[in-house]
Amino acid sequence: MAAHSNSYTVGFITVIAVICSLILSTASSMLKERQMTNIAVDKKRNILKSFGALEEGATTSSIDAFYTEKVRGIVVDAAGKEVDMSPDNVDPEVEEKTKSEADRLYSVYILKEDGKNVAYTIPIIGRGLWSKLYGYIALGADLNEVLGITFYQHGETPGLGAEIAADWFQKNFVGKRILNEKGDLVAVAVVKGKAADYYNDAKLSHYVDGISGATITSRGVTKMLQKWLTLYEPYFAQVRGQ
Amino acid sequence: MVEEIQEPLLSAKNKKAFTDPFSENNPITIQVLGVCSALAVTAQLKPSLVMGIAVMAVLAGSNVVISSIRKLIPNKVRIIVEMTVVASLVILVDQVLKAYAFDVSKQLSVFVGLIITNCIVLGRLEAFAMGNKPWASLLDGLGNGLGYAWVLAIVGLFREVLGSGSVLGYKLFGDIYKAGYVDNGLMVLAPGAFILLGLLIWVQRTLSHYVED
Repeated sequence: MAAHSNSYTVGFITVIAVICSLILSTASSMLKERQMTNIAVDKKRNILKSFGALEEGATTSSIDAFYTEKVRGIVVDAAGKEVDMSPDNVDPEVEEKTKSEADRLYSVYILKEDGKNVAYTIPIIGRGLWSKLYGYIALGADLNEVLGITFYQHGETPGLGAEIAADWFQKNFVGKRILNEKGDLVAVAVVKGKAADYYNDAKLSHYVDGISGATITSRGVTKMLQKWLTLYEPYFAQVRGQ
Repeated sequence: MVEEIQEPLLSAKNKKAFTDPFSENNPITIQVLGVCSALAVTAQLKPSLVMGIAVMAVLAGSNVVISSIRKLIPNKVRIIVEMTVVASLVILVDQVLKAYAFDVSKQLSVFVGLIITNCIVLGRLEAFAMGNKPWASLLDGLGNGLGYAWVLAIVGLFREVLGSGSVLGYKLFGDIYKAGYVDNGLMVLAPGAFILLGLLIWVQRTLSHYVED
């Protein structure tokens, strides 16, 4: 086979690159809408799951319908005052990166039952061992009792840290309390081993069982809960006072 | 150049290109290629199956594309051209999964993108597509893809049954847990996949009378 000239080589590569990029950009723009819908539904699914309101075998349309009917998203500022904005426009990560703590906005999703607010859920983000952890934690109408927690995105070790996404781990949080008897915020922490081995009675309601082999992931969960519950506390305190 | 002779679509040679990778020349159990993803995504059956299909699509697609332009590709830059085609196909597969199989694509995460570095893909392009016609290359790509997919499916099946007590998410054992049965945690982790894959390679090589040179 005769060797190709340099100009042929450069020309050939250019043509291949242009064709490939054309195909990819076409595909990307054609699939964009579907992908965005998937991401939006996944978010709604996780919000409902944190409320404990996700039914087995729920479909895209049933999630959408339930969400539209019963869930309302609001945005609050750092002082806990409601801001007239859609939570779709508030990305906790962007807020954290670009604004000082006092200027940040926070989204809250409220579950409504017969016009009353029965549950609140907030996005939580933190670091595990390998990856960022993304989830939601839902609190009851008293903004004290934990209704549920979910982690919907993480890159932790399967079988170890990734167990934070497992039902058994998330179920441990249900019924725990974020306030102590005096009404101060203490959040919920993950212990090493069994929580019942360390604490009893009132204290036990602030601790959950850890995952063996996933100490750093567990610590990450503890830290993120502490952080986000503290950030939202001004808003929560205000609602509790009403 | 030799005069090209018309050969039947499923000539003995083409058939061999398709069926050889199932056992005698399986990319995983004989050539031990693409093991990284075989270990990483096989904790459950569903992602294993989807991964198998994704690799098959990329293999067949890139084989056909490269084979059809093989006489135009300047030899100096052939790896670059191959990688460009493979990368484009992988991104395409990833985008389609994100649109139509969102849950599985979340589970597979980076491993779809890593198909680009799967040795099987570049290996088949270099060893087969660069020297054969598109139709034979398509069969070769599908054959190797299937050869990869069945190994993944078997490892995925065993890992899910033993590690999580389920198949495709359906729980298998109801009351046995009460009698003290526990899922084997090792199977969920990478070492479990290593052990299973090792056993599989052993069984497969014994059956096909493979001898290491």
